Amino acid sequence: MSELTSQKIPVTVLTGYLGAGKTTLLNRILSENHGKKYAVIVNEFGEIGIDNDLIIGADEEVFEMNNGCVCCTVRGDLVRILDGLMKRKGKFDAIIVETTGLADPAPVAQTFFVDEDVQKNARLDAVVTVADAKWLSDRLKDAPEAKNQIAFADVIVLNKTDLVSKPELTEVEARIRGINPYAKLHRTERCRVALSDVLERGAFDLDRILEIEPDFLEEDDHDHDHHHHDHGHQHHHDHDHGHGHGLKHYHDEDMQSLSLSSDKPLDPARFMPWLQNLVANEGPKILRSKGILAFSDDDDRYVFQGVHMMLEGDHQRPWKEGEPRTSRLVFIGRELPEAAIREGFESCIVSR
Amino acid sequence: MTEFDPGESTSIVSVTDKVRAIKIGAPVSSVHFLGQTVAFVGSEENIFVVADESDPGLVAVHGGGILCATSDGKRLVTGGDDGKVVSLDAKGEVVLLASDAKRRWIDNVALHPDGAFAWSAGKTAFVRSGKDQEKSLEVPSTVGGLAFAPKGLRLAIAHYNGVTLWFPNMAGAPEFLPWAGSHLAVTFSPDNRFLVTAMHEPALHGWRLADNRHMRMTGYPGRVRSIAWSAGGKALATSGADMVIMWPFASKDGPMGKEPTMLAPLKSRVTAVACHPDQAILASGYEDGTVLMVRLSDGAEILVHKNGGAAIAGLAWNARGTLLAFAAEDGEAGLLTL
Repeated sequence: MSELTSQKIPVTVLTGYLGAGKTTLLNRILSENHGKKYAVIVNEFGEIGIDNDLIIGADEEVFEMNNGCVCCTVRGDLVRILDGLMKRKGKFDAIIVETTGLADPAPVAQTFFVDEDVQKNARLDAVVTVADAKWLSDRLKDAPEAKNQIAFADVIVLNKTDLVSKPELTEVEARIRGINPYAKLHRTERCRVALSDVLERGAFDLDRILEIEPDFLEEDDHDHDHHHHDHGHQHHHDHDHGHGHGLKHYHDEDMQSLSLSSDKPLDPARFMPWLQNLVANEGPKILRSKGILAFSDDDDRYVFQGVHMMLEGDHQRPWKEGEPRTSRLVFIGRELPEAAIREGFESCIVSR
Repeated sequence: MTEFDPGESTSIVSVTDKVRAIKIGAPVSSVHFLGQTVAFVGSEENIFVVADESDPGLVAVHGGGILCATSDGKRLVTGGDDGKVVSLDAKGEVVLLASDAKRRWIDNVALHPDGAFAWSAGKTAFVRSGKDQEKSLEVPSTVGGLAFAPKGLRLAIAHYNGVTLWFPNMAGAPEFLPWAGSHLAVTFSPDNRFLVTAMHEPALHGWRLADNRHMRMTGYPGRVRSIAWSAGGKALATSGADMVIMWPFASKDGPMGKEPTMLAPLKSRVTAVACHPDQAILASGYEDGTVLMVRLSDGAEILVHKNGGAAIAGLAWNARGTLLAFAAEDGEAGLLTL
């Protein structure tokens, strides 16, 4: 699978509320000297100041698949454009899809789950959301689109950090973490972020689901700070909150993440139908899901991921010797029925 | 690993040794005839022309990807991601027919028997008729396909949630045939009684034009990308399954309430179909590189090209039905003289 995956063209989805700095990041990606050529699908022509014959204007045409599932929407224009771009295979290394500031990232992601032709040639790499450090907290209150984009993200570029005070920055980060604790978060000014932190992430690659831990609990947290301005020798390592201390714990009223884990193995005969039922019934509420699973009588790790009602999963690799066989699942969604999900999950655990 | 290989089978007649192998040397997206000349349309920039025994001649037509192509046997019209509509005739003359002012992609082209032609960019369909008059119509969403009716100057524009039927030279609102979903390719039956679209989902949809009655044609495992009317328009041959699916259109009800004919099953998906211009024979190309000729009356098969190569991207018969050309996506091509 890895070999096949690598031949497919990676597609990065770039989202962010109006004015957050998407175009700045896009210009940065296109102008930096990285030796790679990107095809870019933009919603508004003319904003990009770089001459590139592989910049394609798109009208976001979202349509429902005729399969009776209301959240099963895809971007029809994307299917067409990706098909056209494949005529020029070899002329570019990767594709970036910029969405409008008010777009829901789900139809873009779902296009890669449901369209046979898209799947054959391209793979979704990651959803990157640019957020405005100064205004995000307000937008989270009044713009459901902004909340969706944060909840959906694999990578969050928290931009314009120079326009806020340190307490304000802590506040906005806590709000982001209240919605999505799993995305990689990078603090930037004028979107100055290492391109390796936003491109080629493999966030939707089953082979690369290694661990599921909230991002701010990881030890390399201080590496995510990207103040590249030259104010002398100021330290930006912020060790004081490196392990989650100092961070206020917010609970967003309607968008949450839910994490489940078990050290006892799961019964696949019970778990699989439960998971499929859960996404079939609660799919509209579940934006993203991900899991690493230890099944009874199975020496392989099983991994899965999903967007709304769509799931994909596979055996990944054998559990290593001494590696704790812990099953972990996370759901990010809106008004998740937490008690019912927990109860359902518990019932899949093998009791002996 | 064992592979199903019709070439080694003794039960099938083979003409593979009579096929002239042609190396295009570039990816091919479709195949057309201009008289006795074969035109292999590349995925980008060029058309490769084979007029005689010599190697393919390269004709530059676009400054980028070639997104669509159609031919009436006299000229070949292509649309590119350079925003241009270009034609090539049998003499090798290239004409720039139109350029999109905003350099938008030309997603579809269509040719009228009278010489009019149509193209689309985004949500707008354009028609230019004999007197160089250009007209355009904007539809509610991006155009998925274009087709001229066999009679009169009438254009079918497929888009999301239905098809718009437009008489460019007549005042009055275009007619709209609704059906939920995204409609891509569109075609009129040669007798002008039916309109059929290939949808984004694996299905065809049809309308009987007399009363706009719906016809649903479903059951495909994959999207239908190639459709062709049989000689006389009695049936519509389609790709999308691991056999050729032929829907009957001879009766006044078309395929309604009838089963399609299933021909030439292989363990591989059909990617291209082309019907002989006057005999009850079709050619089918498969994902595994196989090309067959199939007799419609009894399904008898003749092997034209063995499996093992890239997927067949295009097939075409010349107007007299004496030549069959095919090409795989990777540029491996062949020409059979009957």
